[in-house]
Amino acid sequence: MSKEPVAVVGIGQTKHVAARHDVSLAGLVREAARRALDDAQLTWADIDAVVIGKAPDFFEGLMMPELYLADALGAVGKPMLRVHTAGSVGGSTALVAANLVAARVHRTVLTLAFEKQSESNAMWGLSLPVPFQQPLLAGAGGFFAPHVRAYMRRTGAPDTVGSLVAYKDRRNALKNPYAHLHENDITLEKVQASPMLWDPIRYSETCPSSDGACAMVLTDRTGAARAPHPAAWVHGGAMRSEPTLFAGKDFVSPQAGKDCAADVYRQAGITDPRRQIDAVEMYVPFSWYEPMWLENLGFAEEGEGWKLTESGVTALDGDLPVNPSGGVLSTNPIGASGMIRFAEAALQVRGQAGGHQVDGARTALGHAYGGGSQFFSMWLVGAGRPTT
Amino acid sequence: MREVAIVAFGQSDHVRDSAETSEVEMLMPVLHDVLAQTGLAARDIDFTCSGSSDYLAGRAFSFTMALDGVGAWPPISESHVEMDGAWALYEAWVKILTGEAETALVYAYGKSSPGDLREVLTRQLDPYYVAPLWPDSVALAALQAQALIDAGLTDARALAGIAARSRAAAGSNPHAQLRGEVPAGEVLVAPLRTGDCPPIGDGAAAVVLAAGDTARRLVDRPAWIRGLDHRIEAHSLGVRDLTDSPSTRLAAERAGAFELPHGLDGTGGAPMVDTVELHAPFTSQEVVLRRALKLDAPDSTVCINPSGGALAANPVMAAGLIRLGEAAARIHRGASDRALAHATSGPCLQQNLVAVLEGER
Repeated sequence: MSKEPVAVVGIGQTKHVAARHDVSLAGLVREAARRALDDAQLTWADIDAVVIGKAPDFFEGLMMPELYLADALGAVGKPMLRVHTAGSVGGSTALVAANLVAARVHRTVLTLAFEKQSESNAMWGLSLPVPFQQPLLAGAGGFFAPHVRAYMRRTGAPDTVGSLVAYKDRRNALKNPYAHLHENDITLEKVQASPMLWDPIRYSETCPSSDGACAMVLTDRTGAARAPHPAAWVHGGAMRSEPTLFAGKDFVSPQAGKDCAADVYRQAGITDPRRQIDAVEMYVPFSWYEPMWLENLGFAEEGEGWKLTESGVTALDGDLPVNPSGGVLSTNPIGASGMIRFAEAALQVRGQAGGHQVDGARTALGHAYGGGSQFFSMWLVGAGRPTT
Repeated sequence: MREVAIVAFGQSDHVRDSAETSEVEMLMPVLHDVLAQTGLAARDIDFTCSGSSDYLAGRAFSFTMALDGVGAWPPISESHVEMDGAWALYEAWVKILTGEAETALVYAYGKSSPGDLREVLTRQLDPYYVAPLWPDSVALAALQAQALIDAGLTDARALAGIAARSRAAAGSNPHAQLRGEVPAGEVLVAPLRTGDCPPIGDGAAAVVLAAGDTARRLVDRPAWIRGLDHRIEAHSLGVRDLTDSPSTRLAAERAGAFELPHGLDGTGGAPMVDTVELHAPFTSQEVVLRRALKLDAPDSTVCINPSGGALAANPVMAAGLIRLGEAAARIHRGASDRALAHATSGPCLQQNLVAVLEGER
């Protein structure tokens, strides 16, 4: 049996900031959705179904927000699904929406992910006491720092690599009008001089806390033929999960991440990702995760990822640009961050990334992960329609 | 469209308080049950999808622990909806339709006992204008019930009859929380009496889906999903006619409930089904759903909620999936040839899902 090819024909984001006091939750999501519809030159009536995602409900203090947001997203009378797969949710949400088109259940689907972290306190949302479980009160940085240490010890990476990633991503963000952090006076020295939070992770090597939303319009071949702007075509997409805590888990390079990438490459006919992929939007909330994921995703041999970063290969003008948008390090509305990666990958192959466009990008990878490096979702998009 | 069937269904015993078991402990026997029914192991399943709610668990990312219970190693293809498990089943059904999966495991669970469910559910409401007033789920259902009574569509006696029928039916359901005779009880929020309201309870459920010949190989009589659709309505109660459920009617139409079996032309009349499992936590909501689904023909022989329905056990986040499972199980054992199953979400039936299931004759 054959799947319907899926095209991204509309993309919309909000300008991500620390606090959007000027809009409600409904206003925030509607802004991104309207921009995606405008990009596709479609109206609410053209949308057959809505798929929405975000990270935990406790971040805004609203249980199952799809119920309240149905009106704002033009979903009344339509199917509406709410996906939640922790930090990978933005990517998973896009994949669930893409499957609705691929399965020919619907022709045109609006997918959206958001987080309005200023409505509540994310640290509180993540720190509720759990029965039957050892409390882990170190925050996300405290959880990931030991795994970064393990990576450094395993590969012999010098302790300068993390700051190079942060400096690169924050400079890339200056070219992206939607990015949260616009640090015009950033220097490598400033990153290296920023306070140590969870050794070896410094303040400037961590993601901000943002309000923002990202939306995409996905459609079939007929819809793509009518679209006013070039489409990005989905060539492969997959999700993988593994347990959070067990003796065999490799926190430095989780098997689920490797398997997920392998599945996406198989679908897309990618045999040499380093050569065949032109741009990568990778989920890097702490700078050291760039070299770690470069290995996990097959762009570098084990132990070699930091060398790619150090040599400038992952810079905007490098051979394999990683996070031309500025990435999660510059913009992190948690539940939306994965979808922003997917959408930015699509913008690249549509040639519509503006100031942070990678010249001639034809194939791009969007990547997201969540939980304790437990959930992965990825898609590979291309400028051309898939042939198989 | 690819043929997909429910091939196994399992559920926990639903209880008022399961303080002695974690969610994972509650779920594990149910997962083992459905896998044993099909002879599949976790590693044989192509796609896994679950439904649950962080707000019931009282913590963020609560579903991650349940995944550990599934035994996701080697890594699995997996997703989660923050909704009733009926919508997890929908996502899994779509996944199989794409051809990327041949089998799927779907599960859902909810423990209401650790908190005050009526207060917890107020957090579903518009966070700026409504939730701060803490209108609870029973009060909102009572508004709907009063609207039905005012419109002359039901009365206290008819509602009591629905409660009595449901709980009598639950007498043969070993998993139900309330079984047999239950008095109408005191007024909880007028016009609803305790007998009109669901029990608050903890429980879990799981199903296995399979495509085409795989389904035929796994079980004698698969419950084929002939149609599956869901629709949402406006959130604000002020813009909805609470005596009607247009989203249920539309979902049923899209699922083919009003068409003759095997794709013949529509009858425009009552759905051609012998069994209906409605997710109506309140007696008054059954009245709304029966009207929307045209089940009130005077000569109707349709068997409604033979499991006892949500009035006998309503584990939040699993109760909708249980309706699909109960309907499928009747097909599995030959008690039904064509069944309609329904699930709901949100205050006063805001969001509704309808499935049409068939057994081969």
